Amino acid sequence: MSVLVIAEHNNATLNSVTASVVAAAVQLDADIHVLIAGSDCSAAATAAGQYQGVSRVLVADNTAYANQLPEAVAPLVSSIAADYTAILAAAGTTGKNLMPRLAALLDAGQISDIVAIEAQDTFIRPIYAGNALATVKTSDPVKILTVRTSAFEPVGNGNNPDQMALDTVISQNKSQFISENLSTSERPELASASIVVSGGRGLGSAENFQLLERIADKLGAAIGASRAAVDAGFVGNDLQVGQTGKIVAPELYIAVGISGAIQHLAGMKDSKVIVAINSDADAPIFQVADYGLVADLFQVLPELESLL
Amino acid sequence: MKILVPVKRVVDANVKVRVSADKSSIDLSNVKMAMNPFCEIAVEEAVRLKEQGVATEIVAVTVGEEKSQEQLRTAMALGADRSIWVEQTGFVEPLAVAKLLKAVVDRESPDLIILGKQSIDGDNNQVGQMLAALCDMPQGTFAFRLSIENGRALVSREVDGGEQVVSLSLPAVVTTDLRLNEPRYAKLPDIMKAKKKPLDKITPAELGVIVSSSMTTIAVHEPPGRKAGIIVGSTGELVDKLRNEAKVIP
Ligand SMILES: Cc1cc2nc3c(=O)[nH]c(=O)nc-3n(C[C@H](O)[C@H](O)[C@H](O)COP(=O)(O)OP(=O)(O)OC[C@H]3O[C@@H](n4cnc5c(N)ncnc54)[C@H](O)[C@@H]3O)c2cc1C
Ligand SMILES: Nc1ncnc2c1ncn2[C@@H]1O[C@H](COP(=O)(O)O)[C@@H](O)[C@H]1O
Repeated sequence: MSVLVIAEHNNATLNSVTASVVAAAVQLDADIHVLIAGSDCSAAATAAGQYQGVSRVLVADNTAYANQLPEAVAPLVSSIAADYTAILAAAGTTGKNLMPRLAALLDAGQISDIVAIEAQDTFIRPIYAGNALATVKTSDPVKILTVRTSAFEPVGNGNNPDQMALDTVISQNKSQFISENLSTSERPELASASIVVSGGRGLGSAENFQLLERIADKLGAAIGASRAAVDAGFVGNDLQVGQTGKIVAPELYIAVGISGAIQHLAGMKDSKVIVAINSDADAPIFQVADYGLVADLFQVLPELESLL
Repeated sequence: MKILVPVKRVVDANVKVRVSADKSSIDLSNVKMAMNPFCEIAVEEAVRLKEQGVATEIVAVTVGEEKSQEQLRTAMALGADRSIWVEQTGFVEPLAVAKLLKAVVDRESPDLIILGKQSIDGDNNQVGQMLAALCDMPQGTFAFRLSIENGRALVSREVDGGEQVVSLSLPAVVTTDLRLNEPRYAKLPDIMKAKKKPLDKITPAELGVIVSSSMTTIAVHEPPGRKAGIIVGSTGELVDKLRNEAKVIP
């Protein structure tokens, strides 16, 4: 039997998180297939074929899958699920949207956000905003898994597997795609950046986030934010780090004007090195910081910029 | 239009939970419980649709132990008209919750079902999508804006790179994200009134659902703690440490 990885892509390019999902799949089985469901998605399919460990790329290329709506993709995957012992996707918004719908169609449970694989049926996942790690065993014949990609080292390139077209077309009109507004940034992706500079309510305004941006530019870092900063409209929601936002684990995480609520820590406490800059010495963020600086961020940030 | 709102009783968001001494579960004795924050947002959204004259009836439903009736009373104090308590003690996995909710949907025939995107105890983010599949309904997950237009639900969704808008035929399933609205607080007179609103109890057997489970939690552990760091005295010292000690910046 084999395992199936659902690739994350936008038809033209493959999202690099897929390499981490393949890495998780490698721990489960030697025979790994990757599914690209989309429209005019041959570029993404070619890219997926490069990943080490992949033996076959399945391509469902049809306008029915143009926007990868789960109402179409879940039945598509369900139609081939019997061939697999496990089906995996990244635990981003795409995977979270699709996989439970697929699981229910298969009458299977789902294990969300796995961070480690103990055995072919046993997985570790965080619960309660990462305050505990649960070891969960499933008896489902096909395991439906979403993968916390920051916990798996991505596989490399260098491969040439066979490609197979999937001709099944699931047409539906219960759900229609209307529009999309994706932010474009020159900066690295938040979820995979090696340095993240995050700001919180302490920044005070959207304009003040420019202080962080200048530092991020010098370090080649991604920008992140606390929910309070998002709620206050300082930055867009896609920058939110935490239990209900993005989970990051960069080499260096710099938290500026962030208190360190459990929900925020849930999204960044696995970073290798954590720096906290906060004027309140009692802020809980200092309990997880490797280097803390108790100071006014409006004094520190310009100093930092000139020293980098 | 009738709206069904599934709500869940969970640990209060401000509580830092501890693993039980035998490492089998989370210690929930004497811990403050509350309605899952995303469910509060779901109730609020339903109430606003009723205030706008779009919805006519709001039914709250929960699957849980006896005490989860408290969360149904809260939902009714916030504006739900009546509620359904599906009595089930112990842990119920998301697929089983979805099956029970599906049975309630079959009885109630709602036009819209609004759930939270995620329960903050299990952090599953599954039930809404599973329910949509079981009911063969379209889904609008992680909603930050919702409107009913020309007999369809227009849902603006939070996605990793930004935002996406989908249009769904009704009946549909919508799950809430934090930005959808800011839930109101229940006023005392409404809390009193809620005590008189109908709360019907039903069992899984009466719903014709056999609650089964394919998942076993073998153990629960504390995550590895971080070792205590240091407080530096100046920005210069910070940069020096990052460069020469941690070696994380050039
Ligand atoms: C269900 C739920 C889910 C949630 N999910 C998330 C999530 O995913 N991510 C998330 O981040 N939060 C989340 N939250 C919110 C979380 O509980 C906190 O409210 C939030 O993280 C606080 O953000 P903050 O640290 O920026 O703001 P605050 O807690 O207000 O902290 C601001 C900090 O800035 C410091 N400060 C102010 N001025 C200065 C200055 N001039 N110089 C230096 N420091 C200064 C202050 O000392 C303070 O510590 C969630 C909450 C709930 C209920
Ligand atoms: N036991 C339950 N009873 C009623 N609704 C529930 C229950 N569990 C989950 N839900 C709903 O499903 C949403 C997502 O939960 P989950 O999939 O467990 O993260 C919650 O916000 C609720 O709206």
